[in-house]
Amino acid sequence: MYVLSAIVSLTLLGLFLGLLLGVAAKYLKVESSPVVDELEALLPGSQCGQCGFPGCRPAAEALAEGNAPATMCPPGGSALAEQIAALLGIDLDLSEVKEPELLVARVSEDTCTGCTRCFKVCPTDAIVGAPKQIHAVVADACIACKKCVEVCPTECLQMHPVEVTLRNWRWAKPQPVPAQSLGSGSNALC
Amino acid sequence: MLSFLKKQRIRGGVHAEERKAASALPIVNDFPLPKKLYIPLQQHVGKAAEPVIKVGEKVLKGQLLAHSQGLVSAPVHAPSSGIILDVNDYPAPHPSALPIRMIVLETDGKDEWLKTSVAADPFQLDAEEISLRVGAAGIVGLGGATFPTVVKLNMGRENQIDTLIINGAECEPYLCCDDRLMQERAAEIIDGVRLMLHGMTNSPGANLHLPEGGRTGRYDMNTKSAVVAIEDNKPQAFLMMQAAAAPYAQIKVMQIPTRYPMGWDRQLIGYVTGREVPVGCRSSEIGVTIHNVGTAHAVHKAIRHGQPLLSRVVTVAGGAVNRPMNVEVPFGTLISELFAFCEVNTENTARIIMGGPMMGDSLPHSNLPTVKATSGILALTPNELKNTDEQPCIRCASCVSVCPAGLRPLDMANNIRINQLDAAVDLGLKDCISCGCCSYICPSNIPLVQYFKYASGEVIARQQAQHKAEQTKKLIDARNARMERIAQQQREDELARIAAKAERERLKAEQETEA
Repeated sequence: MYVLSAIVSLTLLGLFLGLLLGVAAKYLKVESSPVVDELEALLPGSQCGQCGFPGCRPAAEALAEGNAPATMCPPGGSALAEQIAALLGIDLDLSEVKEPELLVARVSEDTCTGCTRCFKVCPTDAIVGAPKQIHAVVADACIACKKCVEVCPTECLQMHPVEVTLRNWRWAKPQPVPAQSLGSGSNALC
Repeated sequence: MLSFLKKQRIRGGVHAEERKAASALPIVNDFPLPKKLYIPLQQHVGKAAEPVIKVGEKVLKGQLLAHSQGLVSAPVHAPSSGIILDVNDYPAPHPSALPIRMIVLETDGKDEWLKTSVAADPFQLDAEEISLRVGAAGIVGLGGATFPTVVKLNMGRENQIDTLIINGAECEPYLCCDDRLMQERAAEIIDGVRLMLHGMTNSPGANLHLPEGGRTGRYDMNTKSAVVAIEDNKPQAFLMMQAAAAPYAQIKVMQIPTRYPMGWDRQLIGYVTGREVPVGCRSSEIGVTIHNVGTAHAVHKAIRHGQPLLSRVVTVAGGAVNRPMNVEVPFGTLISELFAFCEVNTENTARIIMGGPMMGDSLPHSNLPTVKATSGILALTPNELKNTDEQPCIRCASCVSVCPAGLRPLDMANNIRINQLDAAVDLGLKDCISCGCCSYICPSNIPLVQYFKYASGEVIARQQAQHKAEQTKKLIDARNARMERIAQQQREDELARIAAKAERERLKAEQETEA
């Protein structure tokens, strides 16, 4: 009987506190800025932390307050920077932005022990494997967040630059003329 | 009608020095068969072909080496008989010379054909059968686009195509392989054109020899006429083609002005039919389809002789070539062997170009194979290259007046220079055909077309990145949902376990009290 009464009383307590929390959430709700919500929707949402903020939400807040540049998200690259600049209505000069080097994680089959730690932390399920089986990375799904590299006990997971093939090869940008001569040219005609 | 056509304005374009020295010499047929052929599995637009042979296997000339994959693809055949040495990655004939999958064939010198059967009268065959044979012969657009011809023929049956244009413009300087082909093999080309018209008809066995008025009902949907368009700097080719086409009322041969890029499909369609292809549409949507003369010749060989596409006529020209010529070479021949045959002065070669000088790709070295797209190989001397000493833009707007697509190259380039790619796309970057007229004409030597090539690639890369970001979001959401589900399951299991334990204890307590 003691057991039953304990269960009942704890359940009632739980229900009551839950109700209290529910009511509090409705009446004491903190309005979030719609701009921050929109920014967060643009960001990758992998909470990788490469921008220096603890996650995408805090990064979006910093962007909305103007404490972070539009080019702050390395996985998003310049495409994301342009979207953020358009949303915030700020001018963006991308000529100084360096495109991040594309990386992809790869498992070295010689040293992988099949410990399963890497695929447990992978935010995009890009690592496949089973206990005591060699794991493999699905390159198309890897976002180069490096979380797996940190947890790998044998250092068999390493980041490698994405291999250039005919499929992803692109023409390089022509080298620009020295700024001095450009400037004099446009001044003369303005 | 003709007077109306004559008034048709040609938008933009340039007239470059022609330098078609080899056009006076006959096609060279006795190119020595190379010891090794490097045959890429991807010589066409679409999916790469899949090998069906094993290393060490003996193959005959014309035998299928790799099967086409999916709807837009083309098979690859053995250009000669011999033994398969290797299927591996070798440098591609591409500006980057990155490796692609190739079949290496060691020729045995016998050039032994695989026996094939041909229809006695191909005009008795169904149109579908013609398409099928053209597809199985691995025929692709030989003008340089290398789009599988069978797809275009099928589109011709599905859409209401009234005009088939045969592109004999060959507007690029230096190149003259189509010119020679028309001069020497006019009858075969015209036969290929008739076969193509037959392959685009909708009803089995529709007789093309009937006058137009003789067709009724759904026959009206069929392609009625073909126009062979030849630039007026090839009078000999025009005369030969006109003579060959004379017996067939449905094939007209016409001369068009010599102006680069006259061979661009939209320019040609505009000039020949007076119709403009809307932005983002295919030419088939306005009832026109366009093929190269070389493609028509390949169709003739495939249907009449059962020969798949194994070789093509290649123009070897340029200042560093001592014996410029049009030569028929099997696919997979290394450019270095071709250069040796044409006595190219390699020390004086500043640049090797595959294709024409305006739109061709410069190659880093000559140890690369010729492919279906190789209309020409140029070995240019330093003084044939354009001065690259870049000066500031003087806003002369020459680039605007020569742009055949009606764009403003200078504005686009300025935006691309500061990485404002969206602005460049708004100005029509996607309509740029990379013809190079703007770079050619620019008095300040600004590499305009190079900017557009870079930007087009970058726009595609960004679209792919955007697509990947969306996919990543989906993956993350799916993972989060799964984690939530697992946690929920664990909570429920825990509750169930507690409840089961309580039940057990209650039963035990009851038993104790009873005892």
